[in-house]
Amino acid sequence: MSHTEPAAGATDAPVLEVRGLRKSFGDHTVLKSIDLTVRRGQVVALIGPSGSGKTTVLRCLNGLEVPDAGTVEVAGEVRVDFAAAPSRGQLAALRDRSAMVFQHYNLFPHRTVLENIIEGPVQVQRRRRAEAEAEALSLLGRVGLADKRDSYPFELSGGQQQRVGIVRALALRPQLLLFDEPTSALDPELVGDVLTVIKELADEGWTMLIVTHELAFARQVANEVIFMDGGVVVERGHPDTVLRAPRQERTKQFVDRLLNPF
Amino acid sequence: MSVNWDLVWSSLGPMLIGAIQGTIPLALASFVLGLVLALAVALMRLSRYRVVAAIARAYVSIIRGTPLLVQLFVIFYGLPSIGVTISPWPSAIIAFSLNVGGYAAEVIRAAILSVPKGQWEAGHTIGMSRRQTLVRVILPQAARVSVPPLSNTFISLVKDTSLASLILVTELFRQAQQVAAFSQEFMLLYLEAAVIYWIICLVLSSGQSLLEKRLGRYVAH
Ligand SMILES: Nc1ncnc2c1ncn2[C@@H]1O[C@H](COP(=O)(O)OP(=O)(O)OP(=O)(O)O)[C@@H](O)[C@H]1O
Ligand SMILES: [Mg+2]
Repeated sequence: MSHTEPAAGATDAPVLEVRGLRKSFGDHTVLKSIDLTVRRGQVVALIGPSGSGKTTVLRCLNGLEVPDAGTVEVAGEVRVDFAAAPSRGQLAALRDRSAMVFQHYNLFPHRTVLENIIEGPVQVQRRRRAEAEAEALSLLGRVGLADKRDSYPFELSGGQQQRVGIVRALALRPQLLLFDEPTSALDPELVGDVLTVIKELADEGWTMLIVTHELAFARQVANEVIFMDGGVVVERGHPDTVLRAPRQERTKQFVDRLLNPF
Repeated sequence: MSVNWDLVWSSLGPMLIGAIQGTIPLALASFVLGLVLALAVALMRLSRYRVVAAIARAYVSIIRGTPLLVQLFVIFYGLPSIGVTISPWPSAIIAFSLNVGGYAAEVIRAAILSVPKGQWEAGHTIGMSRRQTLVRVILPQAARVSVPPLSNTFISLVKDTSLASLILVTELFRQAQQVAAFSQEFMLLYLEAAVIYWIICLVLSSGQSLLEKRLGRYVAH
């Protein structure tokens, strides 16, 4: 991971700046006006009830949805104002700087683990295959899956598939990692392995925006927790505040409900 | 009733020549051209431009809504009356390719739609263009799903090439007809032709199984 490791130290430059992000599907306004800042090396956890728009935020940042309004700036290099329809090039530029880890992994079933990982680096970024393979193998080793390089996804457990999903994202050398409930499709006993990997990435200084329902994990890893409901940010702040002593009643209800489901 | 084995034996040569020089190349050429056409038509059907999709839909509807024999006759016997004369072989290949194009387009379209949306999205998030995602992610998965129905299309096509005898293409069935007319042994020779068609189709079916196995190596059984 050596050359993909982000520079330690410079922890204040924003890697992601989102202002006034708005998105509707038909006449259903899903995101009303979202502001977000993620600084270099920071981990921001996005929490909120089902349907509150968390996935939609990530999809807008990765160019899978086109917002109706707002600006997104990544790494101070790309700034897209969605007041006007973005060009393909603008969406591609956004996408190039972030990488997404999906809830359902979305690995390519017809390609082996190694092929899955080098697909982006070789086919899109035009890096040399040998170099991409070497990097992929070292990343696979880091998540304990070096021996699975020639397996097909169906031969792996959910936890292993998700770790491959994470490596596939890392191999793109993004500035920002986006996770959409990376463990919610997993059997409970497999969740830990994946969270451990994400925690290690946080310790290495990767910049991450993570949608999650794992509050204990968020508290341990995140620098900031953002609680969304109904397409707006209801509360944001230090994990201990938002998760332990929230100021807003809605946040309190949501957190209580997750901690005591019965 | 005794079987005239000498006739079976002596007619085998002309019939096999008909199969090897007529039926099989006719089916292969038409299938390959038809598949290329079908892929184009399937992609047109999925286009966001409505006119393009409508043209493709009309084409599929006409091909599937009219008899193959009529299509063949329009091309070979009909076109000359508007000044376009095409000889038997090209006529047959054109008619059969157009026909395969219509049927296989629907198979390919359904196969493309059967690939989960998450696969398109995974392609996009690693930076692939639509075209790259289609070629490297979607079509390989669609191909696996398409093999059984496309094999059926091909096997039907092999049998349908017998219609080309009606526009004077020398293939297996026309050879059988000629020997039968000469010897008056209709039952024997048409049964012999049937057996040869059947054997060709058996070989194709086992080819289909092999292909399914090979393309299915990445799915759980
Ligand atoms: N493509 C779409 N078309 C129409 N409505 C959509 C679309 N995508 C999302 N929505 C709607 O937007 C709302 C927010 O969805 P989103 O997936 O962002 O919520 P979420 O916070 O991620 O929820 P969950 O915790 O269940 O994953 C939901 O009401 C959903 O039905
Ligand atoms: Mg979601």
